[in-house]
Amino acid sequence: MTDKPLVVNARDEPQQLRIANREFRSRLIMGTGKFASGQMMASALEASGAEMVTVALRRADLSGMGDKFANILTFLDAKKYVLLPNTSGARNAEEACRLARLGREATGSTWLKLEIHPDPRYLLPDAVETLKAAEMLVKEGFTVLPYINADPVLAKRLADAGCATVMPLGSPIGSARGIETRAGIEIIIEQATVPVVVDAGLGAPSHAAEAMEMGADAVLVNTAIAIAADPERMAEAFKYAIIAGRAAYEIGLALKRKEADATSPLTGFLE
Amino acid sequence: MASFASSFDQRALGELNRFTQNATLADVESALARSEANGKRLSLADFAALVSPVAAQPPYFEAMAQRSHELTVKHFGRVMRFFAPLYVSNECINVCKYCGFSRDNPILRVTLTADQVAAEARYLREQGFRHILLVAGEHPHFVSEHYLRDCVSRLHPEWPSISLEVGPLETGQYVPIVEAGGEGLVVYQETYDREVYDAMHVSGPKKDFDWRLEAPERGYAAGFKRLGIGALLGLAPWRAEAIALAAHAAYLLKKCWMAQLTISAPRLRPAAGHFEPLMNMSDRELVQFVCALRIAFPEVGLVLSTRESAILRDHLVPLGITLMSAGSHTEPGGYTGQGREELHLTKGGRMVRPELPMIQSEGEHATVQFEIADERSPAEVAARLQQLKYEPVWKDWEGALNEA
Repeated sequence: MTDKPLVVNARDEPQQLRIANREFRSRLIMGTGKFASGQMMASALEASGAEMVTVALRRADLSGMGDKFANILTFLDAKKYVLLPNTSGARNAEEACRLARLGREATGSTWLKLEIHPDPRYLLPDAVETLKAAEMLVKEGFTVLPYINADPVLAKRLADAGCATVMPLGSPIGSARGIETRAGIEIIIEQATVPVVVDAGLGAPSHAAEAMEMGADAVLVNTAIAIAADPERMAEAFKYAIIAGRAAYEIGLALKRKEADATSPLTGFLE
Repeated sequence: MASFASSFDQRALGELNRFTQNATLADVESALARSEANGKRLSLADFAALVSPVAAQPPYFEAMAQRSHELTVKHFGRVMRFFAPLYVSNECINVCKYCGFSRDNPILRVTLTADQVAAEARYLREQGFRHILLVAGEHPHFVSEHYLRDCVSRLHPEWPSISLEVGPLETGQYVPIVEAGGEGLVVYQETYDREVYDAMHVSGPKKDFDWRLEAPERGYAAGFKRLGIGALLGLAPWRAEAIALAAHAAYLLKKCWMAQLTISAPRLRPAAGHFEPLMNMSDRELVQFVCALRIAFPEVGLVLSTRESAILRDHLVPLGITLMSAGSHTEPGGYTGQGREELHLTKGGRMVRPELPMIQSEGEHATVQFEIADERSPAEVAARLQQLKYEPVWKDWEGALNEA
């Protein structure tokens, strides 16, 4: 008989991933940037098993005119995948909100990955603007999934504000450095009342497995799949790593507490 | 932080230049090793090693190219962003020895009206472009900030991204342009060598080296989100230009931290005035420069215009370039013939025989700034990119992000 790690958690631990009012079998969310072609992206997505996919609204046709020079959305079957538009490019709350509203009108999706990174080098998220935008967008009826640094206090504030998840980064977008923010993510996972999605910097399937073993509810992967020599195979590799990591977490990685010894060297004197 | 002009330390640059000339293979290896180590930023000394003569030797040259390719794919993906230059005026009050638009050149000039600009832009839009660069000579009367603001206002509803490459303005003059929807500001220093700069720029406001050097910072203060810098290769020794350009980039990355920086390294092309480059930069050296920039600045955009031949452009695609133009015209009205009725010849800054119509034949058009080398259409370049397994990205911004 195995012992589950003795952690009292305010969250439910359902079999399936539950975000807002939807359930997902897959715990991989895929990004769509950096691919060599729309077809490549679509086949990697298929191989990944992901059920939710994020797209930068700045890449998409928001005019409603069927702009064939901005046709990234046409590669995503709206019946198969939950579309998660993102506000990449926005540098402050106002820009993010404007873009979000345009995106909702154009795509019909009320789900939103809130992504505000004013520094184009490291693309690190702006905590101040993200909280501001999240509060506004939740009030406007969006299902907000905010991208943040692994800041536990910010995560609690965002959950309190009504966000559907929190999405702390493992390391900067595209850096492939894996989980450099372990300490922060552990605290976030421990304290979270919403699903925690580790997003950014996951450069190898082992990084994704690691995130899942830590107790993350899901991961978001883009660059590692998009730029791989074989994106389809890499997508599949991530899929398996995530299943593996999640299983390990559910079974419990904590050391089994040994059966009580017959001898009690420390407390025997009390018998 | 004071401006780059005031911290533009000639002595430090002099030391770096000496370092480049004397760099050893160990210096090059050290720079490449630092690039491989996660999160380590290269110093200007590392950059100087990468543009040194020894770095051009095998196997380092190929190693640089491989590293440049990896970094570009990692940060930008297997994509190439497109933009189109739209020349709105070739009027200019500066006398610059190397430029087709130099005030004293006897050439056909015109300034397009906002309507004419919109008509040219519509053509570009049909070609697929969604990012546009408005280019103009420097003329306080014909190319005022109000005119530029009007052009931007006209284009903003249909264009996700509008950048400008125009004569340096004051911060306060840039602000209305930004508020109208202007997103990017491109100002090439041309040459970072003060003496050469002074010799090349004979008269006009462009003669002021520091004023020009500080333009990107004024643009950032006004709210431009993208800043483009560059040097015109062929005026001063390329390694010295490269080092100064890298120093400028490093400075702007810190000071103008919210701006997306792009760097361009155009080589001089034949133009009116028949200026001969003072020095030649070989294809090999251009490749070395591009790779060194990419390795030292992994997240900075690198621009390649149609100045370079189709073959070289295709080979540079996997080597660090992230922005390309295609099917370009460097004359106002070049795409659809707008403004032909207003063409006029100027000599020494004065209109010549204004009462006579200038159109001698159907083919008459405004004088180009320089001759382009890659004459492929945007569709042809896009198709070639797909063959090279790159996605041509026409739209990578949204107008709503440029509203005040």
